[in-house]
Amino acid sequence: MATELQLTKRYGLKDSHTLKVFLETGGYASLPKLFAMTPVQVAEEVKASGLKGRGGAGFPAGMKWSFVPRNSGKPVYLVVNADESEPGTFTDRFLLLNDPHLLIEGIICASYSIECHTCYIYCRGEFKQQFDRLNAAIDEAKKAGYLGKNIQGSGFDLEVYVHRGAGAYICGEETGLLESLEGKKGQPRMKPPFPAVQGLFACPTIINNVKTIASAPWIISNGAKSYAALGTPESQGTHIFGLSGHVNQTGYWELPFGMPMMDFINNYGKGVKGNLKAVIPGGSSCPVLTAKECEDLTLSYESMKAHGTMFGTGCAIIMNDTVDMAVVLKNLTHFYADESCGQCTPCREGTAWEDRLMKKILAGEATAKELDLMLEVADNMEGKTICVFSSALAMPVRSFIKKFRADFEKHLIKNMVSVPETVA
Amino acid sequence: MAVTFKPEVVQEFEGIAARYPVRRAALLPALWLAQREFGWISEEAMVCVAKLVGVSPMQVMEVANFYSMYQKTKPGKHHLQVCQTIACLLAGSEEIKKTVERVLNLKPGETSADGQFSYQLVECLASCHTAPCMQVNDDYHENLTPESTEKLIADLRKK
Repeated sequence: MATELQLTKRYGLKDSHTLKVFLETGGYASLPKLFAMTPVQVAEEVKASGLKGRGGAGFPAGMKWSFVPRNSGKPVYLVVNADESEPGTFTDRFLLLNDPHLLIEGIICASYSIECHTCYIYCRGEFKQQFDRLNAAIDEAKKAGYLGKNIQGSGFDLEVYVHRGAGAYICGEETGLLESLEGKKGQPRMKPPFPAVQGLFACPTIINNVKTIASAPWIISNGAKSYAALGTPESQGTHIFGLSGHVNQTGYWELPFGMPMMDFINNYGKGVKGNLKAVIPGGSSCPVLTAKECEDLTLSYESMKAHGTMFGTGCAIIMNDTVDMAVVLKNLTHFYADESCGQCTPCREGTAWEDRLMKKILAGEATAKELDLMLEVADNMEGKTICVFSSALAMPVRSFIKKFRADFEKHLIKNMVSVPETVA
Repeated sequence: MAVTFKPEVVQEFEGIAARYPVRRAALLPALWLAQREFGWISEEAMVCVAKLVGVSPMQVMEVANFYSMYQKTKPGKHHLQVCQTIACLLAGSEEIKKTVERVLNLKPGETSADGQFSYQLVECLASCHTAPCMQVNDDYHENLTPESTEKLIADLRKK
């Protein structure tokens, strides 16, 4: 039996983004049950469901919500991270477009649980259409009494605002996002203090990804047990999985966790175009996997971890054997060098250095020494900065070179003493 | 040339600023308004935004420069933003870049002499399953081929 769709059931319906269609298809149905619960009970329910953060880090959502200090005397904020910009990732874009009210319903659930009365949705700048849709949905919801004062007679008040980003990958990092929301450069903050204690405007703040929040209404309506019964014991529920690159059918599908990667590629992606060489399983920051490693890989947090990579965003990039992994890594070093916020030296210098080294390798001007230098630079980038951006390049550098060294070696000058790389 | 916001834009801004407990938080929205009203973020526009938000022009400048979508030079009427990141690369974005560069005779960062087209390379647009992709102003154009790119440019010329 096919699993009931939770996040994508309205996709494809005409005017799926409108309140009318949303209400006709069971929208806002979780609210009576929600308001009959206490805020703590809601957090406990979500904790029991096993729902993990879908933005990449996979932190248990209910546990995060329970970190908010109650009665701190300060306002509490909910911030929805809709700054989807991890290379290879493209599913929030359609959730925002097709079903903005589902996100609003989830926002009501989360806000009620953490006793917050103001929520900001941080929407990626490029998503102008989504920004307009969200604003229209908020207006509709407010007019119909689903937002604003005394929502559906519950006594609970909530305002939701959309804040538009302006083209900076780092604002997907939660504290960079908070800085950006405060009208500053999106440079991540030192932790602690963690945002749950001191976040937006120095107040307790919970930041969750779009799909995490959008999963909450189904959990409230159907109960934590039903949610936890889906997927695997450690990866509960459903997720919108994506495929891009060399498959016959690229796209996204909502599925319970746990499907073997190769079944996903073959049954949903209609097979690899050519012969499979490599998979980046969940966005460009995840260590790359070889075709062999994918044989017993499943779409779950635990299987990705067991294979030395990360679940990330659940959107996989598939590469066939025509791909030169050195060219792909150059693409990534360029991305990270371009998007580094420049705050920490190991990252600002390291990402640019890696990019220069890749340029030199592809130009046929490097020796094995430069290749080893890339690994050394990667070691000096990881775990030495305020946020994980620097590690997000160090991990691909290491995994690409380790697993596909031959692709790099064929660009090298053999038996030549290298000219030391200087910091330009 | 000094630029100023129309009274109705100032009013619109005040509505937005009221959403935040701290006025400075409305700096990004103010820059968006400035870009909508003036077409791009000139230094004069930064001064204007600074006055509106109540921060220093330097604070506006450092924020405007941090975010790539605020145009610090005047873009063309049609601003072509071609994605160059991994999934588009695998799907043939190099050919799309070459097509744009050949048809418009522009390099990344340039604007055509008639002001009709500007061209920029951008990072992942979250269109990986419909790659290669480009954004023209606010609109996405996906599953591009060299032929469809040429047609797109021809259609834009007529607008």
